[in-house]
Amino acid sequence: MSAEYVVKMQNISKEFSGNRVLKDVSLAVKPGEIHALMGENGAGKSTLMNILFGMPAIWNTGGYEGSIEIDGQEVKIDSPQKAMECGIGMVHQEFMLIPGFTATENIKLGREDTVPTVASRLLGRSLEELDRKKMASDARKAMDTIGLGIDENTKVGGLPVGYMQFIEIAREIDKTGMKLLIFDEPTAVLTESEAERLLRTMKVIASQGIAIIFITHRIDEVIEVADSMTILRDGTFIDRIETKDTTAARIAELMIGRKVEKLVDETEDHRELNKDDVILKLRDYRVDMPGETVRGVDLDVIRGEILGIGGLAGQGKIGIPNGILGLYDSSGTIVFDGESIDTKKLGDALKKQIVFVSEDRRGVGLLLEESIEQNIVFTATQVENKFLKNYGFIKQYDHAAAKKHAEDMIRDLDIRCVGPEQPVGSLSGGNQQKVCLARALTLNSKLLIVSEPTRGIDIGAKKLVLELLVKLNRERGLTIIVVSSELNELRSLSDRIAIVSDGRVSGILRPDDSDADFGLAMSGVKVGGADDGKA
Amino acid sequence: MEKLKASMKHVNIPRLIIILFFLLILLLAYINGIDVNSYIGSILKYWGMWGILVLAMVPSIKCGIGPNFGISLGIVCGLLGSLLAVEFGITAWGDAIMPGFGPWAAIFFAMALSAVFAWVVGVLYGKILNCVKGSEMTVTTYIGYSFIYLMCIVWFRAPFQSGEIKWPIGADGVRNAVSMDTSFGEVLNDFMGFYIGGEKGIYVPTGLVLFFLLCCLVVYIYFRSKSGLAITAAGSNPNFARANGINVDKMRIKGIAISTVLGAIGIVVYTQGFGILQAYTAPLTMGFQCVAAVLIGGATTGKAKISHVILGTFIFQGLLILTPPVSNKMLAGTDISDTMRQIIQNGVILYALTKAKGGSSNEE
Amino acid sequence: MKNNAETKISFGSYVKNALFNNKVIILFIVLCVACIMTANTSMSYIASEVFSRFGRNACLVLALIIPCLAGLGMNFGIVVGAIAAQIAIFFVVHWGFTGIGGFLLCTLLSTPMALLFGWLLGILYNKTKGSEMVTGLILGFFADGVYRLFTLYIIGGVIPYDDPNLLDRGFGLRNAFDLSDSIKYSLDDISFVTVFRILMIFIIVLQLVSLVMGVKKTAEARRESLIKLVSSAVGLVLSFVLMAVPGVASMIGGTRIILSDTLRIAMIVYVISVLVKKFVFRKDVKGEDMIKAVVIAALVIGLSYVPAIRNILRSISISACTYAVICLFCFFNNWILDTKLGQDMRTVGQNRIVAGSAGINVDRIRIIATCISTVLAAWGQMIYLQNLGTFNTVQQQSNVGLYAVAAILVGGASVQKANNKQAIIGVVLFHTLFVVAPLAATQIIGDSAISEYIRMFICYGVIAVSLAMHAWKKKDVAVKGAQAPISNVEAGEL
Repeated sequence: MSAEYVVKMQNISKEFSGNRVLKDVSLAVKPGEIHALMGENGAGKSTLMNILFGMPAIWNTGGYEGSIEIDGQEVKIDSPQKAMECGIGMVHQEFMLIPGFTATENIKLGREDTVPTVASRLLGRSLEELDRKKMASDARKAMDTIGLGIDENTKVGGLPVGYMQFIEIAREIDKTGMKLLIFDEPTAVLTESEAERLLRTMKVIASQGIAIIFITHRIDEVIEVADSMTILRDGTFIDRIETKDTTAARIAELMIGRKVEKLVDETEDHRELNKDDVILKLRDYRVDMPGETVRGVDLDVIRGEILGIGGLAGQGKIGIPNGILGLYDSSGTIVFDGESIDTKKLGDALKKQIVFVSEDRRGVGLLLEESIEQNIVFTATQVENKFLKNYGFIKQYDHAAAKKHAEDMIRDLDIRCVGPEQPVGSLSGGNQQKVCLARALTLNSKLLIVSEPTRGIDIGAKKLVLELLVKLNRERGLTIIVVSSELNELRSLSDRIAIVSDGRVSGILRPDDSDADFGLAMSGVKVGGADDGKA
Repeated sequence: MEKLKASMKHVNIPRLIIILFFLLILLLAYINGIDVNSYIGSILKYWGMWGILVLAMVPSIKCGIGPNFGISLGIVCGLLGSLLAVEFGITAWGDAIMPGFGPWAAIFFAMALSAVFAWVVGVLYGKILNCVKGSEMTVTTYIGYSFIYLMCIVWFRAPFQSGEIKWPIGADGVRNAVSMDTSFGEVLNDFMGFYIGGEKGIYVPTGLVLFFLLCCLVVYIYFRSKSGLAITAAGSNPNFARANGINVDKMRIKGIAISTVLGAIGIVVYTQGFGILQAYTAPLTMGFQCVAAVLIGGATTGKAKISHVILGTFIFQGLLILTPPVSNKMLAGTDISDTMRQIIQNGVILYALTKAKGGSSNEE
Repeated sequence: MKNNAETKISFGSYVKNALFNNKVIILFIVLCVACIMTANTSMSYIASEVFSRFGRNACLVLALIIPCLAGLGMNFGIVVGAIAAQIAIFFVVHWGFTGIGGFLLCTLLSTPMALLFGWLLGILYNKTKGSEMVTGLILGFFADGVYRLFTLYIIGGVIPYDDPNLLDRGFGLRNAFDLSDSIKYSLDDISFVTVFRILMIFIIVLQLVSLVMGVKKTAEARRESLIKLVSSAVGLVLSFVLMAVPGVASMIGGTRIILSDTLRIAMIVYVISVLVKKFVFRKDVKGEDMIKAVVIAALVIGLSYVPAIRNILRSISISACTYAVICLFCFFNNWILDTKLGQDMRTVGQNRIVAGSAGINVDRIRIIATCISTVLAAWGQMIYLQNLGTFNTVQQQSNVGLYAVAAILVGGASVQKANNKQAIIGVVLFHTLFVVAPLAATQIIGDSAISEYIRMFICYGVIAVSLAMHAWKKKDVAVKGAQAPISNVEAGEL
């Protein structure tokens, strides 16, 4: 304990194929300190932690720059094993537990205590017998440390989620020489009381001299439990502050920060929006989408507007459109243009002219092996019977018409490709997104929902896609909902922005509202709405 | 250079080996002075006979279920249809209406009836397969197997009355080999059949080949219709299909039902070509042979085209027909072809499995 | 009162649960009983048939357990193990070795071959994760073809080879192999007393080695192994003394041992072992367990004197050594699973991702599990063949995987979970059905040809149903599993 800091990361930089995701970031944690690592999605939190944990994803892409010191000693952590040897543990977001095993077996997973046998002497250590007694007593001890009272022989399978997380923690505690424990968004999956218990446990662990890095976006939790925090934004180090010196609003402001770049050029706006002319009305709307659960949303979309839906990952914003389209089970009322939508009936929304461009481009949005032409016209053939020619009793695919349409789209949207026959799987992300949009434009739509329109595409293509959306809105009068985790993007093109937190709308803001308001809304604090917005 | 490397990666090695092997056998046949012409005739015949059975793999692969190892379900339906055509004496009825029409009436009756059976069976089968997504190949194999043995029990005591079908000793049940001579045996083969190069030349079973190609055309047309496009989309990306309002499960049922119907029609055509109807365990390995043929043609467990069927069946059957005479000549009177079929057929399937979607879903 | 009611309810649901969990077994018991009742044959015939089939088949079925627990499903690929055994037998017959020596040589030859085949099979399984079972099945056919090519065309054809014992037509092995002059009954004929002595010697050596090597760390462990050593030595001496007693010598010295004797000896050993555990090793044995042991032993021994049962038991004689080997296989399975390797296998079997993140080399573990299974299958096939005494050169191995898998599934195993008990019960039920179904069919229809179809239908039906049920459940779990947090959906960072 000679050094002041358990862990000291200095001037860390990291590039992924030319894309700089971390620039000169530093992080330092004292023994027994709970240190929060905060930032928006894409701020570089995960990358930083992956570097600290020696993940192969870092080393396969050329390593990092900067230095890491553990207890004052400079170390090179090039594998998770090495990280564990250095006394770094990680409590994963996805549980690395085996339901069919007992708590003991899970805690000791891969590190079972064994006793040698004759066979193991002759044929290698893997034939040593398990020392179940010692395993059980170690597990008991670790569980007692964090106040987990269940029997160590219970099967993990039937336990509530909160207990599982505690077993994960017990596993880390049980490792010898644990100095630093990383919690990756641990409260995201917990109920309120479970989360409270977890925070208490973190304090207990810290009181034993183990440092904790706590990755989260919940500002209230940070204020409650953390001693200090490091804030990242866009891969740069913003500040290291002590909790006692700051306020929630200040933290929120630091996390969001105003970005100066302008994503969409000003266009003439001749729209007249009538805020009573509601095209889509959601009431007590819930969606059971794993990881993006929607827990009761009330939202009105005004005809002709661009509505942004923002919020942090996992809070439920993605669930809203997926539920409307019937891709996940949902409940509550959805009234669209005077008609209610039956989400149980697959394709009902599509028939009523709601068109959705999915965030999961490769998984849901495209037929990767099929041609551009197929991808553009497919929905139209199914929903509107377009591009089908009648040959008496059988309708045949009209290749000529489809090809012509595809070529038009390729020209209009500037899709860079060899021709309409090229399989979309071989296109770049931006061009794939344009194909998705082209498909949406092929349909007659009253409402266009675009989810994560710019994810994974480069900056030039980004601007093009966003401008296309604005153009559609202005020229065709199309109502558009844009769901995005990039706040900056939403603020450049939306009329109003609904922020979703914990499956509910925590606020409807104007694009020019203050950063602090956005920050607070994102961390779940209800803020004054912009319902009277710009109409 | 880079392109060459990339394209090398996509080359299906076993397929290449088999095609080279086929060419080698062809060469050896010429060198050993075997009358290849007479064999080309039987290659054409077996190509037509097997073609539709192999074609049955296309809908099941396209709808996302993968090669239909359980094609035996369709085969059994086809056998039942054929037997009923014999039982009811459709040939005699047909001849009564118009002489010479009998066999045609019988074969179309058999096809229609077995297609109905196969559709019903296929829909039920599809429903089962929808419950076991991800393990279709394993489950189809064993369902196919157990169904064949179940039907063996049925055949054994089925109360057929026709003397053609009953055991020669007169007991109830279907005999091992039912002759089709008096019903629709070779009716398609002989339709417009002709010899190239005189009586000793190549016999071309025109009707059979035309019917096979017609079936190919029908399947091709179907998969360009709205519903066919939907099936293909459901197979290649179920999530995409769902987002487009397509009921994936329904499409899978449709695909497997079409496959089963093709299997049923396929076995009727096979039986007419073979001249003998074999019930019992004869269909046991047919499924594997069909899967292997379409894979040799260039299909994978996730993608198949009509051209794969046409090419694959030709190569596989050609290989099986040319090997016996060649090995007979070279290895002094032994027939190695069955062993070779076993190795090629299963080797090709194994290779496809290692490249399958299932293989890439390594971490579930 | 309230307590009572609760226990009653829980007892009711316990019975219901037990019935439900064992539905497959119960179904087959009912089927077996129905067949036995219609078959109209003597029980002793059925019992002796089942016992001899059990001795032949049990080891092959036990070979399936380890890959099953390692997440490979039902290993249809044990066919390659059987092939290894058969190739070894060709060589041994060719060289003219006979008796137990020949058998041991077979073991020696087949093991490296089985390891090689198992290794290749393991690699193949690693390339087809998720569809191991259909791969195993097809690989079985493929290996069949290659083996046929080897036996029928390459031996004597391409490879010059001359042995009138083996060759039929100048090349290619003959169709049927008669082992009566070589290794038939080589294992079965070892007497009980010899097996006992070998066991005692093995324990003595094991304990000596472990004491010398210093494996035992605590004084208690050392004391334990000393006791084991001494008592084994006493047992060894005792076996020589007892052989001097005329009655006993005929009972345990012959090539077979009568079932009733076996049962009584087993029960006495059972009681003694429980007592020893309690009083000599001071293990934590509950009083009720001791009472249970005594009661069961008394009951079994008592029943064995009931005339009807006694006649059956006396009419059956079993081979001590083969049954000892079956026990050894069971013991081996249990032991492996209690080692670090076994724990790794179970982890891999439950979840490959978690196993990988816990630092376990998943692919390697899967290959090891396949290798173990293949070697056990090779040995199992040798035991099978030495008992049968004759085999069909080309086809003998074809259905090995099918029958073994069907048997273990009948015993209540699933694709993911199997244990020794299920294997043993499965073999008994499956082979009972195999024996009585044809008889019953003959009684009902007057024709036994149909029974072959019934048998095969049962085999495939059992497998199809259990695979379908497994896939169904898996889908369920997958849906539930998806409810668990998916976090990286939006983490655009990595």
